[in-house]
Amino acid sequence: MTKEVTLTIDGKEVTVPAGMLVVDAAKKAGIDIPVFCYHPKMEPVGMCRMCLVEIGRPAFDRATGEPVMEDGQPKINWGWKLETSCTNPVSEGMVVKTTSEKAKQGQNGMLEFLLTSHPLDCPVCDKGGECLLQDLTLAHGPDKSRFTFDEKHHAQKHVPLGDSIWLDRERCIQCGRCVRFQSDIAGEPVLDFDFRGRKTEIVTTSDPGFDSVFSGNTTDICPVGALTTDNFRFGARPWELDATASICAECPVGCNTVLNTRREARSGGKIVVKRVMPRQNEQVNETWICDKGRFAEFNIDARVTEPFIGNEVSEWNDTLALAAEKLGAAKADSIFLADGSLPNEDLYSMKALADAVGGKALLYSQTGGGALTTKFGMAPGAGFGQMGAETAILVVAADLYEAAPIWWLRVKQAADRGATLIVATQAETRLDKFANAVVRYEAGGAVNALGSAEIKDAFAKAENTIILFGNEGMDLAASQELAEACADMLPKKQGLIGVWADANTQGAWEIGYEPVANLATTLKGKTVYVAGADALVTAAIEAADFVIAQTASMTEASQKADVLVPFQTISERDGTFTSGERRVQRFYAAVPPIGESLPGFVITAQIAEKMGVTLEGVSAAVVFENLAEKVAGFAGLNYEKLAEVSEQWPSIGGTCYENKQGLGAQLPMTVTTR
Amino acid sequence: MDYMLLRHREIPDINQIDVYQKNGGFDAFKKAVGMQPDEVTEIVKTAGLRGRGGAGFPAGVKWSFMDKNNWPHYVVANADESEPGTFKDREIMESNPFQFLEGVAIASYAVGANAAYIYLRGEFWEVAHFLDEKIEEMEKAGLLGDNLFGTDYSLRIYTHLGAGAYICGEETALLESMEGKRGQPRVRPPFPPSQGLYNKPTVVNNVETLTSVPYIINNGAEGYRKFGTEKSPGTKIFSLSGNVNKPGNYELPLGTTFRELIFEHGGGIPNGNTIKAIMPAGASSSMVVANDEALDTPMDYESVPNVGGDLGSASVIVVDDSISLDWLINKTISFFEHESCGKCTPCREGAYWMKQLTSRIHSGEGTQEDVELLKDVATQIRGTTLCALGEFSTMAVVTSIERFPQDFEAKV
Repeated sequence: MTKEVTLTIDGKEVTVPAGMLVVDAAKKAGIDIPVFCYHPKMEPVGMCRMCLVEIGRPAFDRATGEPVMEDGQPKINWGWKLETSCTNPVSEGMVVKTTSEKAKQGQNGMLEFLLTSHPLDCPVCDKGGECLLQDLTLAHGPDKSRFTFDEKHHAQKHVPLGDSIWLDRERCIQCGRCVRFQSDIAGEPVLDFDFRGRKTEIVTTSDPGFDSVFSGNTTDICPVGALTTDNFRFGARPWELDATASICAECPVGCNTVLNTRREARSGGKIVVKRVMPRQNEQVNETWICDKGRFAEFNIDARVTEPFIGNEVSEWNDTLALAAEKLGAAKADSIFLADGSLPNEDLYSMKALADAVGGKALLYSQTGGGALTTKFGMAPGAGFGQMGAETAILVVAADLYEAAPIWWLRVKQAADRGATLIVATQAETRLDKFANAVVRYEAGGAVNALGSAEIKDAFAKAENTIILFGNEGMDLAASQELAEACADMLPKKQGLIGVWADANTQGAWEIGYEPVANLATTLKGKTVYVAGADALVTAAIEAADFVIAQTASMTEASQKADVLVPFQTISERDGTFTSGERRVQRFYAAVPPIGESLPGFVITAQIAEKMGVTLEGVSAAVVFENLAEKVAGFAGLNYEKLAEVSEQWPSIGGTCYENKQGLGAQLPMTVTTR
Repeated sequence: MDYMLLRHREIPDINQIDVYQKNGGFDAFKKAVGMQPDEVTEIVKTAGLRGRGGAGFPAGVKWSFMDKNNWPHYVVANADESEPGTFKDREIMESNPFQFLEGVAIASYAVGANAAYIYLRGEFWEVAHFLDEKIEEMEKAGLLGDNLFGTDYSLRIYTHLGAGAYICGEETALLESMEGKRGQPRVRPPFPPSQGLYNKPTVVNNVETLTSVPYIINNGAEGYRKFGTEKSPGTKIFSLSGNVNKPGNYELPLGTTFRELIFEHGGGIPNGNTIKAIMPAGASSSMVVANDEALDTPMDYESVPNVGGDLGSASVIVVDDSISLDWLINKTISFFEHESCGKCTPCREGAYWMKQLTSRIHSGEGTQEDVELLKDVATQIRGTTLCALGEFSTMAVVTSIERFPQDFEAKV
């Protein structure tokens, strides 16, 4: 039962948990105290002095400990000077004035100081329009400068930090958010301050510069245009952009994102994705995304834009008819091969067609174990953010930093909070230094490594246990064996997470796809309906007799397909992914479809129709409802439920977008015993 | 007179261990180790010894704040001595080092510290090497190390050099520097006696404060209170500089007047000039008008505020009428601008802004608006900074403009 404290802020009485900072208590009361260096996810430092307020505390008699009363009210001792609301925790009976004459003077004074040497870059600065300094200047700043222009301090303006980030040292207001994010949250202290006084500047201490897969997040939290991304440099103005909720497709974490789009002349009048931004979802990615997702390419050059039969462009009707004919003829010998890049709707439709004709639905995956993760993955309500001293986390045969960076971040933070972390891998990983124990093994030794004393010990002592497993140096069979061994180790039969290669591999397993060991043998001489880039590119496809390829990119492999149908990428259509934590989340159409491409499930439905099988071919929402009826675990879910949102705390501001289009839903545990 | 601190002026070679020992050296430490640690703290508290680094906070009270639920404890001697006009600690460490080290040892015993550190400004590397030698001599004589005087109390003292930053005299910036981080002040609270070096309870005391401790243990609180005033007991080393005939360190009882210090001991103003202003606390001072009232004011922590200043570290800089204050504040502001650590906005930007203004005014290119703006900017900094550097950088500026407007009118 957390102790609560009642205080008065600007005349409003507010009750909050003890230990909360005044600035956060004010936020809860709907009062926005201006800040720069304060960030609710980091320890406060009281550096920028922007959040100065008047704070009064009830007086107590030193001898008796009783409150001193005055006119029937507790006497309030006001501080002799303004105090920073970010470094003061609330106390019972505290009185705070955030907009009094004195407080305003302090806040306005700090802003004037920041503007003295800040360059007049707004017309050319990427941050313009979403800049905290601009916003606060309108509220607190002088409209004229008293500082002599020629005396402004100057610093370097185009400093590349690594490949993705540009630093403008003149714009920097030395708030330290970037340094603190890298050091305290990311655990990769590759930024620091150098020199002192007015000459203080940001430097990168790593070689190559800014060596962190989380570097892009500093551009979100930078309150000015000092840190900006290269891929959006001079790209667009924020007020020209539309924001559409999406899910990152680079890995199984399922970070919530926003795709910013605009119609522009330089793209030939098309509506294009200009950048990817994080969308707040405290259960999945908090307010962060990694650089892989942030800098993912959306405007692929070589797109499949029309249907092909062999190397000839053809009509949809003919193309679909041919596919239907071949599949209809193959019947039980048909293979429906998909990889985890496909959304749930496409996967479900393909499986439904496969079932209808008696064909096989195969998953292209080098990692086994999905049948186990569908049975006992992350328990609903549990999440990395809740883990602390009572949890043991084992990461085996996976390099989270490479394969799922935001899981790496959350696991590292859980370890910071006291979780016991053990890394068991062949090669060194960047997670090693945060682990309580590191177990190294030779090739083939993963399963044996699970029996090591450190792991046994940690799992015996912990209340909750989580295992993330990958397929480092293993084939399908070996990784399946590893997954089984991991599942055996989990006392509560929950907490098994596969570090899959794709965003929706978990979804594929849930829907009933399974990989096979020798794909080439299985495909030999068969008619194969293959969807997804990796599945198509696999060498095994050469063995097939007839290939119906459903893909977006025009590659060598897609050109070899007998039938090629153009498929929409996730930015062009609605759909859902199931993350490795078994959370189903919606993404929304952000740009118009390219060429004649169609969503995968539409193509499948149209082929099915020609085969006498009826599948939903118009609305992704309806496909999902059908899926929810048939697939265990999805029961009761629909697009409305997935679009529900609730208050995400802390409220961040900055350029992490508020989540207005859905937090998704965690799938329930389907079985509690194996 | 009988010196309590600058004893080398009476006893030559007291920086040699055998001479120090012959003159009562280490009696106090031995006596202290025979008492309960809290008793030692009580004596220092009753004696009313106030911090000599500038803040004047009662030392015994600070020692009693040490968190007894968090161990280990540390003592850190602040030998950063960077306030312009302050040069007393250097003389102590060079000429009466053992009394200083004995003070460190007694303080360590009182708060239960087994390791004590002396943080010296980087420019004092010779002093640090010298202290290292003295520490080694104490170790050889069984005065430092394990199981001292047959008890289970152990103590080691280490020197640590800074790297040329005034801000590292601020106790929390000093601790940050010792921990190998950038020397920038921490948010307070918590204060060092609850979370200090490596987040452990730490007493940070000035060199002169610690050097006063052996006398207190040897002569008791009453013996110490024979000197000075009731609220400011003891003797103080006044570092006298500026327009005086005999600048230097003068150890005198607190409560001695400015007049006595400047004219009797300091030999008065050279070149037949007239005294104009006094900066009692080095560069961090208000500009006290040197009228009769001020000159007859006792130099103690309570009285100096009556004439619009603070005693601070008692680094008395004398200003005569040959000095125009626009020149002087340009100097002090240049110092603070250079030394600002840059952590907080008002000091970082404000000191830089003030420097542009004082520089312009002093060069003759300023206007009356600039003078008013300068005062305004200084006032805007006050009460908003993370530490005292920013706050004190404004003292001389505001008081000079207010009390000596003619110096600025002449330049614009």
